[in-house]
Amino acid sequence: MSGTERLRSEPRREDERRAAERGQAQPPRLVVIGNGMAGARTVEEILSRGGDFAITMFGDEPYGNYNRIMLSNVLAGVEDESGIFLNDLSWYTDNGITLHAGRRISRIDRFAKQVYAEDGTATPYDKLIIATGSRAFVPPIPGIHRPGRGYHQGVFAFRTLDDTRSMIRYAREHERAVVIGGGLLGLEAARGLQNHVSHVTLLHAMGHLMNTQLDAQAGAILQRSVEQLGIEVVCDAMTTEILGKHAVTGVKLADGRVIDCDVVVVAAGIRANTEVAAASGLVVERGIVVDDQMRAQDEPDIYVVGECAQHRGETYGLVAPLWDQAKVLADHLTGRDPRAAYHGSRIATKLKVAGVDVASMGLKEPERDDDETLIFSEPRKGIYKSVIIRDGRLVGATLVGDVKKVAFLMQAFDRGLALPEDRVELMFDLGGPPAEVSAAELADDAQVCNCNGVTKATIAETVHGGCKTVSGVMDKTRAGKGCGTCKSLVAQIVEWAAGGAVEEDPRASWYVPGVPMPKPELMAAIRTHDLRSVSSVFAKLVPGGQEDAKSKMGLASLLKMMWGEDYVDERDARFINDRVHANIQRDGTFSVVPQMKGGVTTPAQLKRIAEVAEKHAVPMVKLTGGQRIDLLGVPKEKLPEIWADLDMPSGYAYGKSFRTVKTCVGSDFCRFGVGDSTALGIALEERYQGIEGPGKMKLAVTGCPRNCAEAYVKDLGVVAIDGGRWEIYVGGAAGAHVRKGDLLATVESPDEVITLTGRFLQYYRENANWLERTYAWVPRVGIEHIRAVVVDDTEGLAAGLDAAMDASVAAYRDPWKERAQPATPGQFRTSLPLVVLPQVPVR
Amino acid sequence: MTVLGHLEDIPPGEGRTYDVHGEMVAVFRLRDGSVRALSAVCPHRGGPLADGQIDHEVVVCPMHLMAFDLTTGCSLSGQPDLTVYPVTVDADGYLVIASLTASEVPS
Repeated sequence: MSGTERLRSEPRREDERRAAERGQAQPPRLVVIGNGMAGARTVEEILSRGGDFAITMFGDEPYGNYNRIMLSNVLAGVEDESGIFLNDLSWYTDNGITLHAGRRISRIDRFAKQVYAEDGTATPYDKLIIATGSRAFVPPIPGIHRPGRGYHQGVFAFRTLDDTRSMIRYAREHERAVVIGGGLLGLEAARGLQNHVSHVTLLHAMGHLMNTQLDAQAGAILQRSVEQLGIEVVCDAMTTEILGKHAVTGVKLADGRVIDCDVVVVAAGIRANTEVAAASGLVVERGIVVDDQMRAQDEPDIYVVGECAQHRGETYGLVAPLWDQAKVLADHLTGRDPRAAYHGSRIATKLKVAGVDVASMGLKEPERDDDETLIFSEPRKGIYKSVIIRDGRLVGATLVGDVKKVAFLMQAFDRGLALPEDRVELMFDLGGPPAEVSAAELADDAQVCNCNGVTKATIAETVHGGCKTVSGVMDKTRAGKGCGTCKSLVAQIVEWAAGGAVEEDPRASWYVPGVPMPKPELMAAIRTHDLRSVSSVFAKLVPGGQEDAKSKMGLASLLKMMWGEDYVDERDARFINDRVHANIQRDGTFSVVPQMKGGVTTPAQLKRIAEVAEKHAVPMVKLTGGQRIDLLGVPKEKLPEIWADLDMPSGYAYGKSFRTVKTCVGSDFCRFGVGDSTALGIALEERYQGIEGPGKMKLAVTGCPRNCAEAYVKDLGVVAIDGGRWEIYVGGAAGAHVRKGDLLATVESPDEVITLTGRFLQYYRENANWLERTYAWVPRVGIEHIRAVVVDDTEGLAAGLDAAMDASVAAYRDPWKERAQPATPGQFRTSLPLVVLPQVPVR
Repeated sequence: MTVLGHLEDIPPGEGRTYDVHGEMVAVFRLRDGSVRALSAVCPHRGGPLADGQIDHEVVVCPMHLMAFDLTTGCSLSGQPDLTVYPVTVDADGYLVIASLTASEVPS
């Protein structure tokens, strides 16, 4: 692989010369017709997979490759031309690509495997990619062309950089513009032209704006907002003639109206560029017909990507499907994944159209009688929201003016997530954090990630530096890697900075970043191959057997959960806290928290702790939020001695594991208590102590609904209610994220609480992603589903969950007993550099 | 040349800190049997790198998960790079580190 890497960084000619000297076969010749976003992106994907081809690209336009989506920004004057280039000419040289910019291909000889340019030159290929994109559709309106001279003076299409340049040049010296076409592009053109002329009229032949994406009501609200920006909008406006002898003076509509203007911009849609393909004998309908490998019909060596491709009857005019297609084609051509297949794209878009936020996905109107539809409309504020639900899944949504919920809706639409019981939560944040600031509005120096001090500007620079996945940016900048509450804002900024070209990271669905599988597949593979250690998982399930430091801890937790006593424990897979059963502190010392079940202690226990703290001069003794006592500032090498002196079990205040059960004084002493919360809390902790999981599990039991033990905001909280019954809440949180738990069940006895707790925790352990706390997992999976599995056992899983939990409980060993003999050489040897660490003050 | 100790003092896939003439050096034993030595202190906030988790390429500091290339010492998370020390295992399985010259020792 490194050989390929090295060769690729040098010009191709050099490659060939060397290959010839060594008498090696030359790499296959790959010719790409089209140097737009689709063609260049496909080549990038091929290069990133180490694909070894002699690549030649033909582009119509005499430039490198630019981001067409940004042309409206160039027109609006908010972006320089230089800012929209994706790959400049040096990229082609650096990657050994021969680029013929401005040379048009007129014919493909499928049999001789050559392409012919208009100047008559022939170029042979082994593999051919057609990425000719599309062009502006210009309706046959009388007067739009001048015989033999292209468009009439003052008429422009809006598709290429050259179109945009000449439009700007001409518009600057004129006054009134008409835009024909009220779709996305037309609206963008109208908004951009306002920058250059004093008056803009938008003509739309259909009944409402953006009729492909929006229903009539949403279109009307968008129209109002656009009109408030000073753009005049006429719908149902069929243009019948362009007026003016030497230059445009106006347009005439079917109803006889004449609108004076001196600039006309046509944005009436696009048509795939398929002429060359059709003339060369390929199967062409609305686009060039391809199969799931993006291969032209009946052509083993010709592929098509982008707007000119027609896949399963669909052609796409947006950028996201193109990225998907490029990846599939690259996987296929390079042999990375010969079975890679494109299955079509679910179109969900979020755009700022002429300054108005618009998002649309799936259906724009209900289709069946039993489709659930929610509509909220507030025309005065320019806000419209509609949501369409079928069989409990989101099948369509439209947002105009307020797109705060778009991230969730897109996810729900794309992945078929469970939807909130209160459907209104699909449209509004109820009692959530204050209104979000949009990424674009945020100041450059605004701190986005307060944990790691990352500003918007840093994130944007990283994206512009070529890192276009949310997780990639998070890795590079560390934004969102602290408490995690800013992740959605980071994602929005990445999206904004990438100008819609954000890439989805497949790793987002994996259990850990280093093993390419979602959790259910990973668990199945672990069982199939009988993998009992972390190193065997890497060896068997990662291509190339590559280890990944950041995946080890998650795998260790999963394997321990799955295999219990039969888990092969490799200590290096553990995080330092789990190696020494204590929580590492900023100065490299550790904190020691003995178990104190249910927060109940005794004078003898307190005396013992006090004596140990005094004997070892523990710098700080602190009460924790989980009703325990924390001894802070203990050096690693002293841990075994302290455990021996304490002679108490570990409180697990360091692991991704069952932590503690907080309780109130309950019915024994409290005047209000209706249930013995302390006894139940102690019983729960006794049973589930130390159980590892995908994230921390903090519990509480409170003796009455006054909730002194804060049970509503725990991973699992139990509340005693009158009549001797108990409510069980799950998925609560009161850390960086605050959420009240959902009521899982109300039961009659403490025994039932203990059983359901074990079953719920086991279901969470088996299904949540690594580091996914219950507050994220419960809403993701849906409380109804969890209740069905855990309480009603509709899927017949309960017995298995109970048995698995029983096995984990049986495998529990107090880790603080591991002290007479170190588990590994130097387990407790200091790693401290001693001198340079910040000194934590002793109080 | 300085002998640090036996390779078996370091469990596979873990690291240990050694004081080499006053320099704190973290030595890692990779699961493929090879060894690497780097300065022991994370330049970010002084975390003990020998307590970090490793694979064949990087060590991740346990404090704030800053990552460093085990072979080059280069920071992968925007921190200053680490010093790399030449370390080998001799025929008897002892870890041997080349004497540090003044130029190799960070001031």
